[in-house]
Amino acid sequence: MEILMSFLIGILFMTATYLMLSKSLLRIIIGTGLLSHGAHLLILTMGGLKRGAAPLLGEHAKSYVDPLPQALILTAIVISFGVTSFFLVLAYRAYQELGTDNMDRLRGKEGHE
Amino acid sequence: MSNLLIMPILIPLFTGIILIFFANSIKVQRYISGFSALLAIAVSAVLATQVYNDGIQTMNVSNWEAPFGITLVSDMLSALLVLTTSVIAAACLFYSFRSIGEDREKFYYYSIFNFLIVGVNGAFTTGDIFNLFVFFEVMLMASYVLLVLGGTKIQLRESIKYILVNVISSALFVISVAFLYSVVGTLNMAHISVRIAEAGNHGILTVIAVLFLIVFGLKGAIFPLYFWLPGSYYAPPAPVMALFGALLTKVGVYSIIRTYTLFFPHDIFTHDLLQVLSILTIVAGVIGAIAFNDIKKIIIYNIIIAVGVILFGVSIMTKESMTGSVFYLIHDMVIKAALFLIIGIIAKLAGTADLRKMGGLINKYPGLGWTFFIAALALAGIPPLSGFVGKLLIVRSGFESASFWGSGIVLMSSLFVLFSVMKIFMGAFWGSERAFKDEEKVPVKGLLAAPAILTAIAVLYGLGTEAIYPVISLAAETLTNPDIYINAVLKE
Repeated sequence: MEILMSFLIGILFMTATYLMLSKSLLRIIIGTGLLSHGAHLLILTMGGLKRGAAPLLGEHAKSYVDPLPQALILTAIVISFGVTSFFLVLAYRAYQELGTDNMDRLRGKEGHE
Repeated sequence: MSNLLIMPILIPLFTGIILIFFANSIKVQRYISGFSALLAIAVSAVLATQVYNDGIQTMNVSNWEAPFGITLVSDMLSALLVLTTSVIAAACLFYSFRSIGEDREKFYYYSIFNFLIVGVNGAFTTGDIFNLFVFFEVMLMASYVLLVLGGTKIQLRESIKYILVNVISSALFVISVAFLYSVVGTLNMAHISVRIAEAGNHGILTVIAVLFLIVFGLKGAIFPLYFWLPGSYYAPPAPVMALFGALLTKVGVYSIIRTYTLFFPHDIFTHDLLQVLSILTIVAGVIGAIAFNDIKKIIIYNIIIAVGVILFGVSIMTKESMTGSVFYLIHDMVIKAALFLIIGIIAKLAGTADLRKMGGLINKYPGLGWTFFIAALALAGIPPLSGFVGKLLIVRSGFESASFWGSGIVLMSSLFVLFSVMKIFMGAFWGSERAFKDEEKVPVKGLLAAPAILTAIAVLYGLGTEAIYPVISLAAETLTNPDIYINAVLKE
């Protein structure tokens, strides 16, 4: 199961890298979304995918899955959610002000606006 | 009082929260943030003396035992960095009062400012690798907002690039933590160190060490990963630039120091890699610093040089080189903040950052000129001033451990640093006077106070080397002997 997940995460990273190297700003932001999906799935996988009950003490099971990676992922998800929404609004503002979403045209000579 | 070491995090946090409610009253915002900045200096000074007298201070948050809860650890290095951060934050804050402008201040400038300090102080104090990630994000989120606040075209353009780079490096940080967790099964830094020492020399640990170097190198701008820095740091106004230049990259440097001395002290390959990269960083920074005729660019490339010098000292891994690195780290934070603030005044007076379009400032503004001169000499490491001792120790231990090339390049770099800052001094202050637009509007005396105080601190730091040496050497002691850190946290 871990091997299958590794392949999936690898494909996610590959797609994210490809998208982030493209010209359009929106594609880049989609790439960052896929990158964070990959990273979160990687924490889950690296914590181990052994069978066990959900980490609720009410389940009275013999073994539970590792609760720590789940807490880490939850933290990482909200952080990347905050950053992504800021990034999207920034892209919107930049489109309004600069009139382009082409990364090649976002250069400009330094200091001269 | 064992809760003392969380105060440098809590004070700016609560200040930031309270300031949200006073968005419209700029006066109240200034009083509250000014008071809390001074309070933070006092508290971190008390913390530093306590660490010096009683050894490493640890605090288990919510009384959970060490490897299971989050532990905050304040050793001498953290305490010194927290103190330096508080001083720089206060200087930048008082500079902001006079320069940042009402339209920025009304939009939560001081709140975000305080949240940035929360992130930096937290990153210096934490003893948990995932908690370090969270504090990194607190710091970065605040820096995104500070970078774009005001919304000019150049800020919007550069923030996009800055955020993209940092989103990628944060994802890499999460990935490295995931790999490390799968190998050692713990997140507490002292406990990770114990487990890695038990596991011995596995190939996978070297891979993780290099991954951490890439992550923190992206934050701290080392050689192949510094490409984002010159553009991004060019965009924001002077006090924000000073905060970024003095604090943000140094958090990356601190994290490299912490992980490489605590987790991977015996891995020879990674230290060789770090050494090569740090030398290349110095070379790249030097090329940038002498290539430009733009005063902001010159100082920005000097950040990269300093990062290289500090990491070169770390890569040698002897007690003396560590002492040198810590000396240089603290010196560099103070002097970079001072230089950026002065550069801000010059650029404002001249109405441009181009060196070829200014000149003759020394007649009208001698105070500004000589403060800049002293700060420039301190940056280059002229003997009685602050940059000297650190570089001396680094170079000497470099020669002792037979890294002749690296030490030679560190020495040569001082020359080029001196050349680049003297170019600013001669270009901006000497020569015939130019007519500057709207220079009457710039309150030079009020603005100069903060960088002048920072420069005075740097001078005293250089003159009082003898007095400070035992403190710095105590910080280096923990770095070369990680058992002290581990025993303090795990209390075996």
